[in-house]
Amino acid sequence: MIPAAAPTRPLDAPSFSASRFRAEREADWIAFDRLLTKLEKKGAKALTSDELLQLPLLYRATLSSLSIARATSLDKALLDHLEALSIRGYFLVYGVRETRWSRIRRFFLYDWPAAVRSVWKETIIISLIILLGAITSYSLVASNPEWYYNFVGEDMAGGRDPRATKEFLQSTLGHGKAAGESESGLHIFATYLFTHNSRVSILSFALGFAFGVPTMMLEFYQGIGLGAMMAVFAGKGLGFDFGGWLFIHGTTELFAAALSGAAGLRIGAAVVFPGARSRLQAASHAGRTAGKVMIGVILMLFMAGLLEGFGRQLITDTMLRYGIGTLMLLFWIAYYYIPRREDVT
Amino acid sequence: MSAAAAKANAKSRAARAKKIRQFITPEGVDLELKIASSGLRFGALLVDLILIVLALFLFSLVMLWIGFASQSDITIVVWMLGAFVLRTFWFIGFELGSRAATPGKRLMGIRVVARDGGRLTADAVVARNLIRELELFLPLMMLGVGAAEDMVSGWTMAAGVLWSLTLSLFLLFNRDRMRMGDLIAGTWVVMAQRVKLDADIATDAAGDAMQFSEAELSVYGIFELQELERVLRGKDARAMREVADTIRAKIGRPVAEEDDVFLLSYYRQLKSRLERKLLFGKRREDKYASD
Repeated sequence: MIPAAAPTRPLDAPSFSASRFRAEREADWIAFDRLLTKLEKKGAKALTSDELLQLPLLYRATLSSLSIARATSLDKALLDHLEALSIRGYFLVYGVRETRWSRIRRFFLYDWPAAVRSVWKETIIISLIILLGAITSYSLVASNPEWYYNFVGEDMAGGRDPRATKEFLQSTLGHGKAAGESESGLHIFATYLFTHNSRVSILSFALGFAFGVPTMMLEFYQGIGLGAMMAVFAGKGLGFDFGGWLFIHGTTELFAAALSGAAGLRIGAAVVFPGARSRLQAASHAGRTAGKVMIGVILMLFMAGLLEGFGRQLITDTMLRYGIGTLMLLFWIAYYYIPRREDVT
Repeated sequence: MSAAAAKANAKSRAARAKKIRQFITPEGVDLELKIASSGLRFGALLVDLILIVLALFLFSLVMLWIGFASQSDITIVVWMLGAFVLRTFWFIGFELGSRAATPGKRLMGIRVVARDGGRLTADAVVARNLIRELELFLPLMMLGVGAAEDMVSGWTMAAGVLWSLTLSLFLLFNRDRMRMGDLIAGTWVVMAQRVKLDADIATDAAGDAMQFSEAELSVYGIFELQELERVLRGKDARAMREVADTIRAKIGRPVAEEDDVFLLSYYRQLKSRLERKLLFGKRREDKYASD
């Protein structure tokens, strides 16, 4: 049955008009806009409970207005405003589900170790690559010291090459009289090491998407430098001392380096072997895991920088150095790999 | 002539539609996100870099001043750490905020969103910004390495720079304007500018000053209507005169009224006519489409 239209109304003014629609709903939009601005500026805590209850209602009202406006209105300004308001509202209403504090807590308790655990295969591969690099250069330099100059640059070696005397080499380890710099320079040295190592790690992670090849090369190169150095010190009978000098921070630093390489490799592997997912999906999935690992890597490198800058310069006893290095290694392994109950998110 | 113009109109509409990505909320409404253009992205990056350099400069000045005043080298440590944090976490810190945009992005009216429509997670933000390090500095590094080592020939260097540039300019080569970092983090950068709610000009009292016949109103479509709206909201007298003259010539009316009264009446009646048609399911995109 068709209801009879009011006969007085002229044909030009239909019972539904865009202007009337706007007049009816405009108050909601303005209220929603004001609420969003408050939320953005001051956070959810600033909202009263009444306003919090209003938020989803106003959000849905705005979305429904957008749907109606798209179907009925040709007012561009109105459409643009509603669209922008809805987009803004969507990301605020659905964006935050956790407080910052609980996010940080969850990261340290679960997300970080879980991400590291999930790249265990890559970590083993990268560790083997570093080891391979070290063994290669060690055996080469041990058989013919001339090789050393191909592996370690002049500025990096700082006189620590096969021509150096045993006394000089010992002094660089912090045992002899010329025990490096004065203590006041330590924190600067530590900071420099931290920022430099972070750069390198970020690079080796970021290069991962090129199928992981540059990452592996970078890690191999790290191993090369290590092995060559080792060969020089071992050749002078200082292998054990050099081990302690390296071990105190090296367990943390090399672990971090291996993890950053593993994170890069994970991305590279996902691009090459995406499995059942599309390449894009696989890459973004791997990228998120790798991102978590990388936050951890930067934190680890910060610790390594502290150990290297302060610990190594202040603690000169080789056994103590070994002890601290081992303790750190055990700590990291326990933190990452001891299974724990996951919290369900 | 008109066929070519119709084609051009359709083409620009298609180009606009190509930038729109379906993004359906749990309520079932498509938000129709628009991919931010590469120009905006570059502008945002430039603004951010300038701000970082500026902040670094001020920070250095303050640290230098404190360093001289206190005669302590701890300020060097603070400076190094500060510079590192600023460089690495400027983007990460801002994009983790509720607006998911750095100051540069805010200025350009764009923001980062997760491609799958979910929440933008911290790990995604970290991943996309650590890759930025590579995109920005790899070409520079290639140049530096090439210049430092003589054995690298000019061609090798050029190849290296070219290779790293294709990485850096990756976003120019895909439809979604994704950087390498976006690709790996699973994110997009979309338009998110704020639009003020302008007054409803269709309810203006002056809108009924003149009456137009059905034939006079049937010459234009939605595209022309919205252009007319833009001119009316712009309130530029010369533009209004031009548009009014064009419309008068088209529908054959003499110049008798003020331009704004004429345009407003015409806009209002054209809008209500087209909206009425819209309610009946007829969307006339522009004047070339059949009425």
